[in-house]
Amino acid sequence: MRARQAATVPPPSSRRGRWRDLRRLLLYTVKRLLALFVTVLVGVYLTIIIANMGGQVDDLRRVQIRSEAAEAVRADPAFQDMPAEERNALIERQVALEVERLRLDEPFLVRSVDYLQQALRLDLGRAEQMHSDRGSRDVYDIIVERLPATLLLFGTANLLVFFVSVFVALFLSRRYGSALDRSVVALAPTSAAPGWFYGIFLILVFAFVAPLLPAGGMVAVPPPEDGWAYGASVVRHMLLPVTAMFLSQIFISIYSWRTFFLIHASEDYVEMARAKGLPSQLIERRYILRPTLSPIVTSFLLMLIGLWSGAIILEQVFNWPGLGSLLFRAIGFRDTPVIIGGVVIFAYLLAATVFLLDLLYALLDPRVRLGGGPQ
Amino acid sequence: MTGARRRERWREGWRELRRYPSALLGLAIIAALVALALATPIAIPYGEALAKWRGSEAWQRNPVNAAPVWLDRLTGGDAPRTLVIESETATVEERAFAGGRRLRIPLAFDFEAGGFPSELNLFLRAPGHAQPPFARLTWLTPDGRELALGGYRIGPRERISLSQDRALERRLGGLVPHIGLLAEPGGAAAPDAEPRVLPGRYTLRLDVLVFDEAAAFDAELVLYGRVHGIAGTDHQRRDLSLALMWGTPVALAFGLLAAVGTTVTTLVIAAVGVWYRGWVDATIQRLTEINMILPILPILVMVGTLYSTSIWLMLGVVVVLGIFSAGIKMYRAMLLPIREAPYIEAAQAYGASNSRIVLRYLIPRILPVLIPTFVTLIPTFVFLEASLAVLGLGDPLLPTWGKVLNDAQSQSALYNGYYYWVVSPAVLLMLTGLGFAMLGFALDRVFNPRLRSL
Repeated sequence: MRARQAATVPPPSSRRGRWRDLRRLLLYTVKRLLALFVTVLVGVYLTIIIANMGGQVDDLRRVQIRSEAAEAVRADPAFQDMPAEERNALIERQVALEVERLRLDEPFLVRSVDYLQQALRLDLGRAEQMHSDRGSRDVYDIIVERLPATLLLFGTANLLVFFVSVFVALFLSRRYGSALDRSVVALAPTSAAPGWFYGIFLILVFAFVAPLLPAGGMVAVPPPEDGWAYGASVVRHMLLPVTAMFLSQIFISIYSWRTFFLIHASEDYVEMARAKGLPSQLIERRYILRPTLSPIVTSFLLMLIGLWSGAIILEQVFNWPGLGSLLFRAIGFRDTPVIIGGVVIFAYLLAATVFLLDLLYALLDPRVRLGGGPQ
Repeated sequence: MTGARRRERWREGWRELRRYPSALLGLAIIAALVALALATPIAIPYGEALAKWRGSEAWQRNPVNAAPVWLDRLTGGDAPRTLVIESETATVEERAFAGGRRLRIPLAFDFEAGGFPSELNLFLRAPGHAQPPFARLTWLTPDGRELALGGYRIGPRERISLSQDRALERRLGGLVPHIGLLAEPGGAAAPDAEPRVLPGRYTLRLDVLVFDEAAAFDAELVLYGRVHGIAGTDHQRRDLSLALMWGTPVALAFGLLAAVGTTVTTLVIAAVGVWYRGWVDATIQRLTEINMILPILPILVMVGTLYSTSIWLMLGVVVVLGIFSAGIKMYRAMLLPIREAPYIEAAQAYGASNSRIVLRYLIPRILPVLIPTFVTLIPTFVFLEASLAVLGLGDPLLPTWGKVLNDAQSQSALYNGYYYWVVSPAVLLMLTGLGFAMLGFALDRVFNPRLRSL
């Protein structure tokens, strides 16, 4: 059918075809970006509503304004000789002005929109108690400082789990029913426990019973001067948390991939390829992996989404200086701006992950490129 | 589908399930946990458990951070249990004099254990005395030595911490009293040598002057052990078995309610969306996407910090956030083909209402596929509760496994070598997780036709 068409109608030039693909891709990307923006908007707004329901943020800001005004008045040499009542009256006046300026006397609904656009611009305000290691009290600085540590730990562990499980699963699906395969299936329920749980046991065994590895932290104290020694120390500290995450994820991952590959390996076209006598490497690459690529990528990114928030406790258990332990410390200090800022950042990270997912979908799935999007 | 056929299908499922040893093991674990969960509130009523766990007088006779007895015995140890010697069981010599009585109370006990006690306290009660009585303490060892431990004026409720007596410690050659009083003599000559227990019959003799004819006086000597009960104790002398036992119903209830709450609502909403299509479906889809962006744990942390850490509030938030979870997309994909099935058309033809079609015809069709998901979800929520507690956002009143772990962590249990404190709640958590997960995986293979041949 198609062959006959191609014979009668001159084929569109490949450049025009690519241009059309690109345009569709761009349109799709813009559409998804807009949709995600709306999603983040609503998500962050919900966060703000939750955080404000107790009037927490408003009270916070009033307190902040008062302390700032008091400090400014006290620090000003011009008001040094002022009697106490007069000075208090001045502070009150300043506070009233500032409250009016920030529209704290207006209804919450109006101001929540204000908060929303502040949060979206990542203007997360100032922390009450905490400060970044460099001394900044901006929530944004505090959070950004911790981000690389989290990315390092969870990036490493997730990539490791993902690649190991996909390759082991491919291997097992070829040896379906063997002793190794059965033992992996039997071990799959152990993934019911989260990473931090295995972390506790790993710390118990490898840091206390047999003190081989550090129990926590990211780098030895004091940190080594030499770049290589520093890296080696970080790797040594990463070993246990990465193992903990690996243990908690790997068996269920292998199990689900193995099942997935087995289902796809029994498709007719794979049977056909086998009947043709193609080498098994080729069958795996071209007949099993290629059509299953988009679900694989989807599940990889969904796993990332799941692990963003699971990180908090693992970091806490291993005393890893990332976002999770920051949030934990913020709980300890009851430092609301940091907590809300953390949630906003998490929401952004998740949105970015989802966007990446959509983009990869568009690249991998020809239906998206040619049609209206994944149905 | 008629009732008989459905029953037949379940029976077939059960027959199938019995073929998996892991499912049977999982079922056995779950049954044991459920039995424990049901027995606990009967053995220790809710109010009593809360009151005790909050910390009270009840734990006064318990040692601090004692390991479980069986753990010590298994490793071949012979650490002492707690010994309580009460004056009621002692033979009290009483002599009256003008304006009062003189009591001689010998608190005698046999000490044969392989190690020293962890602490030594004397509790004295003298209620209703106009003038406080006066007691002189003498320590008699099996080899006939006599040590004067000084005199004390006794209030209505007095606690004499012999272990804290620094002067006594100096007299015993620098050994803490709960070691020095029970050690073989001669330790002072060789200060490097490890002190050894001198076994035999010890007596703490109380010579009490009571300036009252009738008022009661009783004494209680407590030699705190190094091991306690089946679960040991924590830093506040609380018996961990209480928290471990009460943690079971709490964990199971939380896991079950959260799993029911999220799966059932999610399923109903997915079915409604599939059935009505149009803007209802679109709204549900968009809400799901928004919900995917909301990070569950940080929001729980925020709610716990700003409002309350009550376990029921947490449960509510978990359920609310779980309603529009990614599961909706999965159920939607399963329900879409069912919507077009002829039997739905038949139902429409006989005039079934929308709600009837959704509840009676759409949802039951995918229930079998849902059951394994549901079972494997339970441990996720059990661990979620533990995670929150480990973060310090555990329920303020209820004793839970996670709170025990949190206490252990804040007291650096691993660093101090109190492994039992971490391991016992962790093992219970793991058992719960494994039990439900093993059953769930087997159910998945039974109910999921695509997996049955694999």
